[in-house]
Amino acid sequence: MNKTNTHEILQSAAFKKLVKNRWNISLTFTFIMLFVYIGFLLLVAYDKEALKMQIGDSLNLAIVVGLGIILFSWLITGAYVYWANNYYDKAVKEIKKEII
Amino acid sequence: MSLNLLLQISPEVTPSTLGTANPVSIAIFFVFVAITLYITYWAAKKTKTGSEFYAAGRNISGFQNGLALAGDYMSAASFLGIAGMVATKGYDGLIYSIGFLVGWPLIMFLVAEPLRNLGKYTFADVVAFRLKQRPIRIAAAAGSLMTIAFYLIAQMVGAGSLIKTLFGLDYEIAVVVVGIVMTSYVLFGGMLATTWVQIIKAVLLLSGATFLVLLAMSKFNFSPGELFLSVKSQYGEDMLAPGGFITNPFDALSLGLALMLGTAGLPHILMRFYTVPDDKAARKSVFVATGFIGYFYILTFFIGFAALALVGKDAILSLDKGGNMAALLLAENTGGSAFLGFIASVAFATILAVVAGLTLSGASTISHDLYVHVIKHGVSDEKGEMKVAKRATIFLGVLAVALGLMFKGQNVAFMVGLAFSIAASANFPALLMSIIWKGFTTKGAVWCMITGVSLALILIVLSPTVWVDIMGNSEAIFPLKNPTIVSMTAAFVVGIIVSLLQPEKEAADLFESEKLRTYLGHGSEK
Repeated sequence: MNKTNTHEILQSAAFKKLVKNRWNISLTFTFIMLFVYIGFLLLVAYDKEALKMQIGDSLNLAIVVGLGIILFSWLITGAYVYWANNYYDKAVKEIKKEII
Repeated sequence: MSLNLLLQISPEVTPSTLGTANPVSIAIFFVFVAITLYITYWAAKKTKTGSEFYAAGRNISGFQNGLALAGDYMSAASFLGIAGMVATKGYDGLIYSIGFLVGWPLIMFLVAEPLRNLGKYTFADVVAFRLKQRPIRIAAAAGSLMTIAFYLIAQMVGAGSLIKTLFGLDYEIAVVVVGIVMTSYVLFGGMLATTWVQIIKAVLLLSGATFLVLLAMSKFNFSPGELFLSVKSQYGEDMLAPGGFITNPFDALSLGLALMLGTAGLPHILMRFYTVPDDKAARKSVFVATGFIGYFYILTFFIGFAALALVGKDAILSLDKGGNMAALLLAENTGGSAFLGFIASVAFATILAVVAGLTLSGASTISHDLYVHVIKHGVSDEKGEMKVAKRATIFLGVLAVALGLMFKGQNVAFMVGLAFSIAASANFPALLMSIIWKGFTTKGAVWCMITGVSLALILIVLSPTVWVDIMGNSEAIFPLKNPTIVSMTAAFVVGIIVSLLQPEKEAADLFESEKLRTYLGHGSEK
């Protein structure tokens, strides 16, 4: 690969879009995760009573929310993998064709 | 099922066999050590080059690395400590464990793929990629070694006292045995042996904990509801909801940030991403690790509550006031002394694996970052580097034993928090900014890391955790128990301001060409 080729790829619309999409997804997911976790901490700090709310005979909101966050972490990580495998990798392949 | 019936199966105080030599645990432990040393022997034959020693030849699959990451992360402290916290403080233990999990999605979104594409053996490779090598390597090594040292002290002291309680072995002997076995893994088998030790340990720990939960839940007809009702009827509904763990929201936030972002700055975790062939495998390994770690924390939550319901709070606290023996007492209560022996040896194996991972990443920092890039100015001959890496391993093994003996009987619980705090304040900000910000400069990175390390250290000494609890002063100078909210913010701010004040044109130019490697994996280490 020569220098002009490198320059062309870096300047190409496809590459710029790839980088932009990657960080749009990553940063959005990061902020969602931060929001969920910090929101949970603040809820625990400021409104313990709300979390004591009973759900059915034996469960309460606190347990559902706590285990829910663990589940959510799986789902959002899985969503990223799904996106990256199906969209990001394809776009990378397209761009790489041009390098060689 | 009526409450009466539930109450009948609850607390019966039986004398525990904990602390006496348990033949089952000794046998299982010997089998574990024998198998892992055999693997080390096998791995030693495949460990000749630097890439084999530090990164297992980059031949570990995404799934295997996911298990190994989980193995590296699930320490005995989280197994016994979090189960114990749930068993004594109830729901608050879950809040703590959630903090340890939520860092993993962030590793995925922010660092895993760029790290794999840009680096070679350590995370400093990424920070130094387009900046000036020497200053960055020195500052990054300080952050890495500090994180590793505090983590290691906490593990070694925990190991000594745990093994003393579990096997009835002297503290000193336990520390020396741990030191010798883990040094042999790293010294002879490098990353390949360490990875397989982690995988075996992760499988043992996950299956042991699953079995423990199944045995315990069989007493509640496999219904979580019945377990919660039993806890509620014995200890009140407050046990199932947040208690006193979070009183000051700033404290909670600070600890939360340390756990969440510190995970993405732990050198021994970051190093594992170089063991897989490419960024796609790195991605998969984070997903697998997140799954197993999350599952494991759900198990510890049930183990804690089941111990509370079946063994009883008083019995747990009478053995250890931190509640650390809850999981083991539950094992004995549900599966007898043979099962106790099994779980005890799993806990021992867990410690061995974690300290081996730490030692390997410390050795790579010393040989790869300091020796090659600082002393030898980046001109490395493979033989010389390997020699230094092996010497560093022996040095760290001896140091770990010495620290373990030195801190015997001291309160070292705060050191894990401190390790996470330094990782979140020094390693993570520099790593993140070097990946995403074009304007980041050498000076900015160095000041960012120095600020992070020193503020985290100074503020923790002035905090209630050390200033009041350990040094015995009546009032803390710094009000928060964990400094991260201040030290991490300061590190980011200092890094940004210093970079803006004195732009580095070369670094900014290189950022563009670096993109080819970051996003396309073009030119990445194979």
